[in-house]
Amino acid sequence: MNGFIGAAIAQLARIVSGATIRMPDSGLQKGQAVFFANHTSHLDFVTLWAAIPPSRRTRTRPIAAKDYWDKPGVRHYLINDIFRAILVDRQGGTLRSLREQLDQMTSALDAGDSLIIFPEGTRGEGDTIAPFQAGLHALHRHCPDAHMIPVRLINLNRVLPKGEFIPVPLLSTIVIGEPLPTEEGESRNAFLKRAQHALIELGDQA
Amino acid sequence: MMSDRELGWMIGAVIGVLVIASIVTWMLSQRLTEERHRDLIGNLVARVKAWWGMILIFGASVLTGGTGTVILFCVLSFFALREFVTLSPTTRGDHRVLIWMFYIITPLQYYFIWDQWYGMYTILIPVYAFLLLPARSALVGETEHFLQRTAITQWALMICVYCLSMAPAILTLNVEGDTAGPAKLLLFLVIVVQGSDVLQYTWGKLLGRHKISPRVSPNKTWEGFIGGIASATLIGTALWWATPFNPWQAATMALIVCLMGFLGGLVMSSIKRDRGVKDFGHTIAGHGGILDRVDSLIFAAPIFFHLARYYFDLA
Repeated sequence: MNGFIGAAIAQLARIVSGATIRMPDSGLQKGQAVFFANHTSHLDFVTLWAAIPPSRRTRTRPIAAKDYWDKPGVRHYLINDIFRAILVDRQGGTLRSLREQLDQMTSALDAGDSLIIFPEGTRGEGDTIAPFQAGLHALHRHCPDAHMIPVRLINLNRVLPKGEFIPVPLLSTIVIGEPLPTEEGESRNAFLKRAQHALIELGDQA
Repeated sequence: MMSDRELGWMIGAVIGVLVIASIVTWMLSQRLTEERHRDLIGNLVARVKAWWGMILIFGASVLTGGTGTVILFCVLSFFALREFVTLSPTTRGDHRVLIWMFYIITPLQYYFIWDQWYGMYTILIPVYAFLLLPARSALVGETEHFLQRTAITQWALMICVYCLSMAPAILTLNVEGDTAGPAKLLLFLVIVVQGSDVLQYTWGKLLGRHKISPRVSPNKTWEGFIGGIASATLIGTALWWATPFNPWQAATMALIVCLMGFLGGLVMSSIKRDRGVKDFGHTIAGHGGILDRVDSLIFAAPIFFHLARYYFDLA
């Protein structure tokens, strides 16, 4: 039943976002992955999640904000049973709560799941890519075998901008890139810069 | 369900042409197997296939009478608007205006057409939406590029909704023959305009040498233009029996809508070139987006509607 509802939601998300999905020529990289994307709209993670082939979607878990999603009722059901999201507490801000967030993500990786993460941290206006939070690097270091796959979401900020409730049915594009090549002994900042650049370049291609 | 012998003949003839086109395409695909022809054949097959789909949907909606046709065109407007706005630079400040355009004005325009309220559907967009949408935008308070953004939303509504809705508006004309009379007039327009598109493409592919406007539309040639418009005008003339026109009038009307259709293609191509794209979308395989398919109808329908209503006293 949950599988059916999930497929229906994925289909609905595709219609609302009118999403054209662009994969690399070689196809979507197989195996465990961390999909990292730009964040501009509430529709982002549902649309990205819907763009992932169904066989892999069930094992791909988005990171979502606990304060928004963990409310009783439909939201609770959707986020836990359908999206199987990892809910993080963004109110904390202390070193300990950051540690906890990271532990939640790494244990999902250890269990073999893939992740969807928005390393800019907060929703932007859609034109630029903000510098990435360090968490992405920590995930990479914890699980170097998981492919770091950049995903550029285009036009979703126009479908549903920040602060609006009714989406306008414009056409969006999801560009899925090649996994970042691994580089030995790279510093944290160099890695984050490289990841950010990969996302910027995907936007220029589109 | 509408039953009218002449209407049956028209739809039957279109399906006949499509059968022939399918056979010719199949023969070509058997004959031209070399690598260099592959793209052309692939595109041809996709186009013919899409035509089957479009004609079955359009034919079925016409046969259900007015309501089906109005709903079909309302959906077409919605998708056309979606493609148009996607390509146009609107900002966050336009979001509320876009909501009005998509969810309120578009359905309302088609409701008034369904309701046959001539006094309303002719001014809803050029008067009410024209004045009230910029006001809504001003209330948002975002003044940067205000005139440009307003122009975009006005143009989007006029092109994608108002002009396109003038095609089903033909069904409100007072043509003899119950509901089948106006339906035949709509079919006349659609056959001539779309036929002209296909024939311009065909003549252009066969004989095209001299480009009309290489910068705007590299595929349009004088040979395609003259051959396509002449042959589509002939088709229109040959269909005079289905209309309130005599053969000469049918020829003149057909020529006018062919020319308008050509201009529509040219204008919409200019917009696409400006935005740096080849097509408005990917909805119809081989054709591009919805807007790419109906651009000529958008320019032809309002003129045809006005001329028919005014000069032939069909109010």
